[in-house]
Amino acid sequence: MELLVHYLGSEVARMIVGLIGVIALVSVNALFLIWMERKVAAHMQLRPGPMEVGPHGAIQTVADALKLMGKELITPDEVDKPIFWLAPIVIFLPVLLSFLVIPFSETWIIKDMNVGLVLILSFSTLAVLAILMAGWSSNNKYAVFGAIRSVAQNVAYEIPLLITVMSIILMVGSFKLTDIVAAQSKYWYVLLQPLAFILYIICATAETNRAPFDLPEAESELVAGFHTEYTGMRFALFFLAEYTNMFIVSAIATVLFLGGWHGPFLPGVIWFLLKVYAVIFLLMWFRWTFPRVRFDQLITFAWKILIPLSFVNLLLTALALKLR
Amino acid sequence: MEMITRGIEEKTYTLNLGPQHPSTHGVLRVLLEMDGEFITKADPDIGYGHRAHEHMAENRNYHQFLPNLGRLDYLHALAYNHGYCMAVEKLIGVAPPERAEFIRVITNELNRIASHLLWFGAYLLDLGAFTPFLYCFDDRENILDLLERVTGSRLTYCYYRFGGVPLDIDDDFIAGARAFVKRLRSRWSDYDNLVTKNVIFIHRTKDVGVVTKDQCLQYGLTGPMLRGSGIPYDIRKVEPYSAYPLFDFEIPVGQNGDIFDRYMVRLAEMEQSLRIIEQALDKLPNGPIMAEKVPKRVKPAEGEVYQAVEAARGEFGCYIVSQGDIKPYRIKLRVPCFANLSVFPELAVDTLVADLVAILGSIDLVIPEIDR
Repeated sequence: MELLVHYLGSEVARMIVGLIGVIALVSVNALFLIWMERKVAAHMQLRPGPMEVGPHGAIQTVADALKLMGKELITPDEVDKPIFWLAPIVIFLPVLLSFLVIPFSETWIIKDMNVGLVLILSFSTLAVLAILMAGWSSNNKYAVFGAIRSVAQNVAYEIPLLITVMSIILMVGSFKLTDIVAAQSKYWYVLLQPLAFILYIICATAETNRAPFDLPEAESELVAGFHTEYTGMRFALFFLAEYTNMFIVSAIATVLFLGGWHGPFLPGVIWFLLKVYAVIFLLMWFRWTFPRVRFDQLITFAWKILIPLSFVNLLLTALALKLR
Repeated sequence: MEMITRGIEEKTYTLNLGPQHPSTHGVLRVLLEMDGEFITKADPDIGYGHRAHEHMAENRNYHQFLPNLGRLDYLHALAYNHGYCMAVEKLIGVAPPERAEFIRVITNELNRIASHLLWFGAYLLDLGAFTPFLYCFDDRENILDLLERVTGSRLTYCYYRFGGVPLDIDDDFIAGARAFVKRLRSRWSDYDNLVTKNVIFIHRTKDVGVVTKDQCLQYGLTGPMLRGSGIPYDIRKVEPYSAYPLFDFEIPVGQNGDIFDRYMVRLAEMEQSLRIIEQALDKLPNGPIMAEKVPKRVKPAEGEVYQAVEAARGEFGCYIVSQGDIKPYRIKLRVPCFANLSVFPELAVDTLVADLVAILGSIDLVIPEIDR
């Protein structure tokens, strides 16, 4: 560490260590989340879930990952090869970069930028591009369907998401994530902005393409949606990105509404992770309870209900701030 | 509008749904003509699982055809057993004793509930909800255990014989059936809260896939498809057979003929089946389970016979032509799903793919019986 600091300067060293940490976190987190998802689903469905590999199937996902690595990477004949190869990387990279600005505690943050929130939100938008690339290059009608749905859905849900987030920004007056958390040392914003929290959770579910908004990969309609043609590690990257995305949207929810690292007794990092996993549990709960909405209903819901509501919320916030 | 669209070239394309698609529940292929996400034409392609059951019947004696019946509609196999056995019994002039009739009714209704439960779960799976599926299978497991006790198998039952049933039900079975009736009744509220009252579910099913009364009659629909549209036609009532006239039960009907009504009809039917089972268990008479004069070698006189029964999906009819041989000259099986599927192309037009899946699921198809 000291050597690194000596040769590269403290900022660069911090970045390198941080990135290694992020990659480790992303992998371990995805493995854990997949296991958690299976366990949560299983217990909601009156069954034990994976039990064989490790205690309570804890390393089942490691076995699955190893299996996926061993699989052949099949590239169908008619695909648009460069784009087909690029898509899994494009979906994974922004997800990785979003971790740069997430404040796990006051000090556990790789780069505390003053545009942190904007950075995360714009990176999460990039995922749409990757999905479109994957769907289009696959040369499969189901994949194109999935991709088109995904784009329409993400564009529709990005708007209320951003407007909702704006109301928090109005209250704090900064895009810096550490500032936003610091402002919540007394009250969590979920108490001051309950409507915004609900709106955010709905939009986040749609953003991560999870049930009941999992239309891009609606199994019963589109087989596997945009990643129908992907195998092995390429498929695994999509999978990894999905679960890491879940972590990121939950982390943003924690930062914006649940007071980030604030909490008694335990260290800040632990509190932060606890809150993140609580939000993730909520998302899993949704998935295993609700049926899927229809595509037109989904879009209608976004444009006719969520966007007006988020505007109302923003105006009310502005009014309240003005009158204070 | 007409003028403008005419200038643009044809923008529809073909989408091949199946035969390996997760929502076709077996090997059904639907050729879709699509305009964006809208369907302009749907053409079901059947026959992937054709096994020539009717031809098999012509080449073996009457007893040997019994196992085939469980492989037509594997979900409500006992109704098919029942229909065929009754047809042959008519032909050879044998009547099963009363206890056998009661056992047939009890096992038949249990099987009907199992079939509806499976539909319920699989249908919700089509709509994207995973959890109800496993709840239903948990309940269905009880029925399978019960039926396994008497029939020896869990899926493709071959239980009824000409003139009765080969194995009697014991006290454990009766206690188990009573416990099951109680258990399933306690589950209705769970299903209601989880599914029936779910906003997303209601939006997905209300006013979707509406079958009018006219369409029902034109296409010869039967079962919940027909009753969902408001026509109270149930073979158990209109042409009572076996011990059904002895029991008090209702024929639930819908009003609009949409998916939601079909769903409600099936749920209500399960409750009615529970009522029948309860009454049958209460009134269960003692006595033999097999008629006395059943010929070992079934060789009916020349003649024709038709017997219809109410299966979970609709009217199953068995038409036998005998020419006085030990083999039937011809057997025609009238299966409900074939007729029910025939209305599908009309329902599918101008719907979205998601609705198509919802409609296809609501017909409750069992592909092997369509293909035969």
